[in-house]
Amino acid sequence: MRHDHLITSKQLSRADIETVLDRAAEIDADPSIVGDRHADALLGLLFFEPSTRTKMSFETAMKRLGGDVVDMGSVESSSVKKGETLADTVRVIEGYADALVLRHPKQGAATMACEFVDVPLLNAGDGAGHHPTQTLLDLYTIRENAGLDDLTIGIMGDLKYGRTVHSLAYALTNFDARQHFISPESLQLPREVVYDLHQREGARIREHESLDEILPSLDVLYVTRIQRERFPDENEYQKVAGEYQIDAATLDAASDDLTVMHPLPRVDEIAPDVDETDHAAYFEQAHNGVPVRMALLDLLLRNARGETDD
Amino acid sequence: MTDRDDNSDTVDDHKLRVSKIQDGTVIDHVRAGQALNVLAILGIDGSEGEEVSIGMNVPSDRLARKDIVKVEGRELSQDEVDVLSLIAPDASINIVRDYDVIEKHRVERPDVVTGVLSCPNSGCITTGDEPVTSRFDVLDDGVRCGYCGRIVRDDIPSLIES
Repeated sequence: MRHDHLITSKQLSRADIETVLDRAAEIDADPSIVGDRHADALLGLLFFEPSTRTKMSFETAMKRLGGDVVDMGSVESSSVKKGETLADTVRVIEGYADALVLRHPKQGAATMACEFVDVPLLNAGDGAGHHPTQTLLDLYTIRENAGLDDLTIGIMGDLKYGRTVHSLAYALTNFDARQHFISPESLQLPREVVYDLHQREGARIREHESLDEILPSLDVLYVTRIQRERFPDENEYQKVAGEYQIDAATLDAASDDLTVMHPLPRVDEIAPDVDETDHAAYFEQAHNGVPVRMALLDLLLRNARGETDD
Repeated sequence: MTDRDDNSDTVDDHKLRVSKIQDGTVIDHVRAGQALNVLAILGIDGSEGEEVSIGMNVPSDRLARKDIVKVEGRELSQDEVDVLSLIAPDASINIVRDYDVIEKHRVERPDVVTGVLSCPNSGCITTGDEPVTSRFDVLDDGVRCGYCGRIVRDDIPSLIES
């Protein structure tokens, strides 16, 4: 894998993805293989939006590589509050850190930011746009549970604003995957994403409003939160909210091997009784963020130093 | 014959609406109603002293009705001509020197336009105060923001940066 930055999953080939996932599996099995390889490295965390899993897993990953982090802190306590541009912020922090992780509420923020820096920059979410490192840990989890070829996956919930969904959909086109998108009409995939998927060789996608018709055929069900605040009318939300919640009884119609995933946080779209079933993989999914991000940081930092892959 | 697609209007042409220019550019076969957008996309507002003549809804064999823009004292660059294709895909460009058309060609669609259009997505990073120049990929049937990915197919002139 030879990339300077990771901005969208669209830039990742199947070989790139497999390189990261294979490396993550090696690290997962024996974290000591990376040792203190990056003991002198500092990772700059620039989170302009709240984050728990992504931020803490990046921080954990860097520390497990032997390195450390410098954290911009909250927007309220940073120079952003004084009106500093993102372009200036990343140029400043580039001087402190060997790589940057950026989360920002604006779409395209990472695309712009990487034009101003030379150190590796990883997009940790740009508005409703992309979230490629989440996608890598999603793929890692899917591969562990269901495999990535001959895969039938249902992706359900808020597909319009769900950046994890967009990134996952692009990445899955590298594999033999049938993608079923389940959402109310008002939260369907953005037409830009559908356009892209149709442009990508091998993409097999279908859109549905109901889970019922497709659930029995799924290997993976990827659930996202329906964002109540996006609906202009509470009544419209109430019409669809219940249809996109699952519980253990819902999964009676599913294959015994179905893997249920969720990028978290969840609210009420997956009932707690699913946690106790063999289907639930969302906490494992969250934990996988550490080895996957360790692998990714290791690859990008070594690329930046001009070192070749092992 | 209603089309006068260059600078060759004849004296006896009773339909003459736009005077000939001595040196400059005639942009012909602009879709009717787009003449002012052509000026906007070229950043021509007369503030630099350019002499500009416009014909609107002129009869045309090819387009039925067309607009014509004549800019005295300015020869358009190829980049400018290419950008025109976004709103005037049928346009022909006539470079005029000493009243003669010395060069005539059609516009060609570029792959990318920069600094010309603004993204209509209020959630796009380019809509804030960042020091970034807009960039749009040109599709067969529209344009696409190079930052947020938004595709725009209709009313592209409304995106022209002021």
